[in-house]
Amino acid sequence: MDLMNLHPGSEVDGFRVGEKIHEGGMAVLYRVEREGGEFPMLMKVPRLEFGSHPSCYVGFEVEQMILEALTGPHVPRWVTKGSLEDTPYLVMEYVEGRSLHEYADLAPLPADQAARLVAALATAVHDLHRQEVIHLDIKPANVLYRAGGEAVLVDFGLARHGHFPDLVEEEFHKPVGTAAYISPEQVMGDRDNPRSDLFALGVILYQLCTGRLPFGEPATLGGFRRRLFLDPLPPRRWVPDLPEWMQEIILHCLEIEAEKRYATAAQLAFDLAHPDQVPLTGRATRLKRAGLPAIVRRWWRSNRQPESAARAVPTSHLAQAPQILVALDPGAGREALLRAILAEVRRAAAADANCRIMCVTVLEPDVSTEQETGHELVDSLYTRRLVELHHWAAELRLPAHRLRFHVLDGANAAAVLVEYARQNHVDQIIMGARGSSALRRMLGSVSARVVAEAPCTVTVVRVPRGLD
Amino acid sequence: MKIAVLSDIHSNLEALHACIDHARRQGAEQYVFLGDLLGYGADPRACLEIIAPMVSAGALAVLGNHDEAVLGGLCENLEFVARDAVYWTREQLRQTERDFLQSLPLAAQDGNAFYVHASAAAPERWPYIKGAAAAAKCMAASGLPLTFVGHVHNQVLYYTAGSRAVQVFSPVTGAAIPVTPRRQWLAIAGSVGQPRDGNPAAAYLLHDRQRESLTFFRVPYDHWNAARKIRAAGLPERLARQLETGH
Repeated sequence: MDLMNLHPGSEVDGFRVGEKIHEGGMAVLYRVEREGGEFPMLMKVPRLEFGSHPSCYVGFEVEQMILEALTGPHVPRWVTKGSLEDTPYLVMEYVEGRSLHEYADLAPLPADQAARLVAALATAVHDLHRQEVIHLDIKPANVLYRAGGEAVLVDFGLARHGHFPDLVEEEFHKPVGTAAYISPEQVMGDRDNPRSDLFALGVILYQLCTGRLPFGEPATLGGFRRRLFLDPLPPRRWVPDLPEWMQEIILHCLEIEAEKRYATAAQLAFDLAHPDQVPLTGRATRLKRAGLPAIVRRWWRSNRQPESAARAVPTSHLAQAPQILVALDPGAGREALLRAILAEVRRAAAADANCRIMCVTVLEPDVSTEQETGHELVDSLYTRRLVELHHWAAELRLPAHRLRFHVLDGANAAAVLVEYARQNHVDQIIMGARGSSALRRMLGSVSARVVAEAPCTVTVVRVPRGLD
Repeated sequence: MKIAVLSDIHSNLEALHACIDHARRQGAEQYVFLGDLLGYGADPRACLEIIAPMVSAGALAVLGNHDEAVLGGLCENLEFVARDAVYWTREQLRQTERDFLQSLPLAAQDGNAFYVHASAAAPERWPYIKGAAAAAKCMAASGLPLTFVGHVHNQVLYYTAGSRAVQVFSPVTGAAIPVTPRRQWLAIAGSVGQPRDGNPAAAYLLHDRQRESLTFFRVPYDHWNAARKIRAAGLPERLARQLETGH
């Protein structure tokens, strides 16, 4: 069948072809329908005319391999593929929603709007990394938002699956990506680092907040390589009233050395959702690039071959940077339990040097104080709990960027904790058992409910009998 | 349809049982034995008593160099311990088992897949596929999209990349790898009965014909018992130790 000449009304393997949505250099997209189809669909047909470059086909092949393996709300739902030998095509969900490209056209945007858009995108990227895939070509045109605000990543033609052969690398043997968004290590030919996607997110944040691209759109390899040694002008140079926390986050994502960026997209999503918690460093207020000596040093380094690091799949990167939620009740006066939890968290923090510890307590509305509770009383209780959390965590002796603190409130502590864990991509919850107090008999066990409902591993800490 | 590809069983009954059980739980409906059913291990007859009925029922099997040696072929290319095992195995076999081995072809073909013990290029000379050049020759000779071989005891996946040299990939255990058309893929199944990569677990692979994917597996089995039987049979000590250490 000649797929290069489809027109509305054509039939392909039971799909009725509708309008042509997009015609790019690599592929053509059509709306399609099928009897009993439950959601809108599109068909992607690669350009394989006589004489077309074989790389068109490799991108299509890679997208087919990877998209078929992905699930969840942050990628288009997979429908089917045509037999590649005679009629190559893919059918997937047609995601109706605005593209990040449309928002980028409106830049500069207010910081909180940019933070919301990119926090949703970081959530999608974390979900992708958890499924062993690095996108490696994230740019506004490849991000769509569903009506509910969830971000969807599309176009996996340059992506890398940790368990599949890397057909892209073998085909091109040179850096591939989009000039404005490609990370320094991708320029050097490294396609194994999930933090490359975080660099692209930093470029997007910069673009949304300032209306400018931090590295422009170079057209030559020499132009690409400039980002190996020349850091971008801090965004507050362009937008002086950009909040310091936003510049802190942007420059953290745009660190030249991947190990200095956020360890995971989940950490980035958390900071964008809780800007008041971002510890400010020198990045926050800087108005100039790094000095000449630093640039010369980086330039020198960029001319050496990178040491070939042992290949690691994306999930092994994530495994070294878990998000750990510690649920405490510092006001309950159970010092032995607090010490036991401290010991447990110390072990976790020592095991994974990039883990982030979120110290959380839940304020339950207290029946006895309810009548006389004024706002001041609640505020002072809130502050007291926060101070107690900080006091407890000081014993961990961890740098500020590895700690976050939250006082939550709600009548149902277990439900509040589970929801917090879900929203913040928590990998492990560490909490104390309430013990065999009268309170527990009356209210039931919070930890038992968290264990039953949490989306992650839960460790319940107990003090040996007689010591509590 | 899922096809389990088992190679280099080498008379290891415990490993054979474990792999067939594992494949059945994974939904395998067809079995292919890529040769070297015998040699090294202590259970040649018991292994053939499992394999021969499966072949009568439709499973495919091809001949390996150790099987050929057991039938009386030359042993010069085999190491001394392997020769000892071949001589011992010859004494164990009855005529029915020899007839079964005699009936095995050097290569087989089914749909888009080519099956051979060593290489599709000169299968009777038992070359080892140790790199991209040998893999390219094998794929050119097979001419089919998928080629399955054993002989080399490690699990490896080779594939053609347009005009470029053949590429090599080390599969991750248990992860399904899509094998796309317009390329040729050469899968080395690994050894069921004598792994040599330091991991004593048995190796095989599963080909999902509907999804066109390959999944390489490692299956732990009671290798202490298999080693004990090798010692009890009076076979060379090194063969027992190899099962215990995976080297």
